[in-house]
Amino acid sequence: MSDLNRTPLYDTHLQLGAKMVPFAGYEMPVQYAAGVMQEHQHTRAQAGLFDVSHMGQLRVSGPSWEAVALGLERLVPQDVLGLADGRQRYGLLTNDAGGISDDLIFARQGDALVIVVNAACKEADIAHIRAAFEPDLTVTDLADRALIALQGPVSEAVLAPLDPRAAEMRFMDCAHLDLGGVEVWASRSGYTGEDGFEISVPATAAAGLAEALLAHSAVQAIGLGARDSLRLEAGLCLYGQDIDAGTTPVEAGLTWSIQKVRRAGGARAGGFPGADRILAELQDGAARRRIGLRPEGRAPMRAGVPLFAVAEGGTAIGQITSGGFGPTVGGPLAMGYAPNALAQPGAVLFGELRGKRLPVTVTPLPFVAARFKR
Amino acid sequence: MKYTEEHEWLLAEGELIVVGITEHAAEQLGDVVFVELPDEGDEVSKDDEIVVIESVKAASDILAPLDGEIVEINEALVENPALINEDAEGAAWFFKMRPSDLSPMDDYMDAAGYKTFIG
Repeated sequence: MSDLNRTPLYDTHLQLGAKMVPFAGYEMPVQYAAGVMQEHQHTRAQAGLFDVSHMGQLRVSGPSWEAVALGLERLVPQDVLGLADGRQRYGLLTNDAGGISDDLIFARQGDALVIVVNAACKEADIAHIRAAFEPDLTVTDLADRALIALQGPVSEAVLAPLDPRAAEMRFMDCAHLDLGGVEVWASRSGYTGEDGFEISVPATAAAGLAEALLAHSAVQAIGLGARDSLRLEAGLCLYGQDIDAGTTPVEAGLTWSIQKVRRAGGARAGGFPGADRILAELQDGAARRRIGLRPEGRAPMRAGVPLFAVAEGGTAIGQITSGGFGPTVGGPLAMGYAPNALAQPGAVLFGELRGKRLPVTVTPLPFVAARFKR
Repeated sequence: MKYTEEHEWLLAEGELIVVGITEHAAEQLGDVVFVELPDEGDEVSKDDEIVVIESVKAASDILAPLDGEIVEINEALVENPALINEDAEGAAWFFKMRPSDLSPMDDYMDAAGYKTFIG
């Protein structure tokens, strides 16, 4: 794995007995000694520490908040200008065909934006953003910062003794915190469906901070395996599987992320790549949509399993894009795409597994209700 | 006890052979969440894919180690796949078969050989 990148927490992972695997160009921990199942349950019950330093972090600044916000609005269908200082939103980089070239989080830090993008997309995203913004705006790649997620119901009680301001933050709030002498940029968010924080910390201070947090009896290191089952139960999309350049925000069921002001009739309607198609689909609907699926029985159905409307014959009507076993649900679950007419909750479709078609029931997302601090 | 390169163990029980996977294999698989076993009465040939194991990570196939007939399967394993992680070389046996050709047994490893094989 010599050509792979390492995060600032690489040595910490090895000390904790992690099993390392290649992921998005990095050597990352897929699990620790406790195993995926226990790590998943621990996160839902207490607090899990995740190394997400492989993700891209960048900062965009310029002559004014308006210039920075309207700059990003040229690339995403979200309301950036209306974002209050110290708040963040989920956003989508779209392409000219209305597809999604990445999903991201953008936070307002004074008159600047701090953006977090997916690891596998970060080089392309940063090039795309630079091309659109420079020289009017300044784009800084924060490659010298690590990103640590602390997720689970005990997260607040872990951070509050270090900085009481952590307890005052609500879901999607962002703030500078002082965690035992380390100044960090933290948001109250995550990708597990649990309450928690994402903490951007200078790379040189990351291992020390991780060790300080892991010293708390409720905190355990959690690998990518449990991160995947947690986000799947929470009904959250994995870029490259559940959403990609060929899926639109409306097909993906992400219309909640597109505020009224950017929709038809809004004050700043359109003006982002693929707006024609996305605005039309917001009004008229898309032909297919992302759905939750519960396979009957115990057999997990994973990404790539074709979906059929009938138990025998016919052609595939869609496919599973993420699937596996949900430890909290206690059974297999999946997400995928199906035509609207077949996508109603309760509808029964068939997934073809090892040559056999097994029934799957369309189920509302999320599978496990979110427990954010609103 | 004999071992295959596919990480199965084979234990003679009278005229029958009991088959499971090794603790080493179970550890590599991670938490097992689903097991599909053959049907009792199935006639199988060596290297047929007759068991499917799904862990939290991936699906794996287990091959028939010998020609013969499946005479008993471990229903407890279907009900509780995690048994593989708890007791792979005991309670988590997969099936018992009546072999029609025992000659491949000579090629399978003993405990010391398997230990060397997995390093």
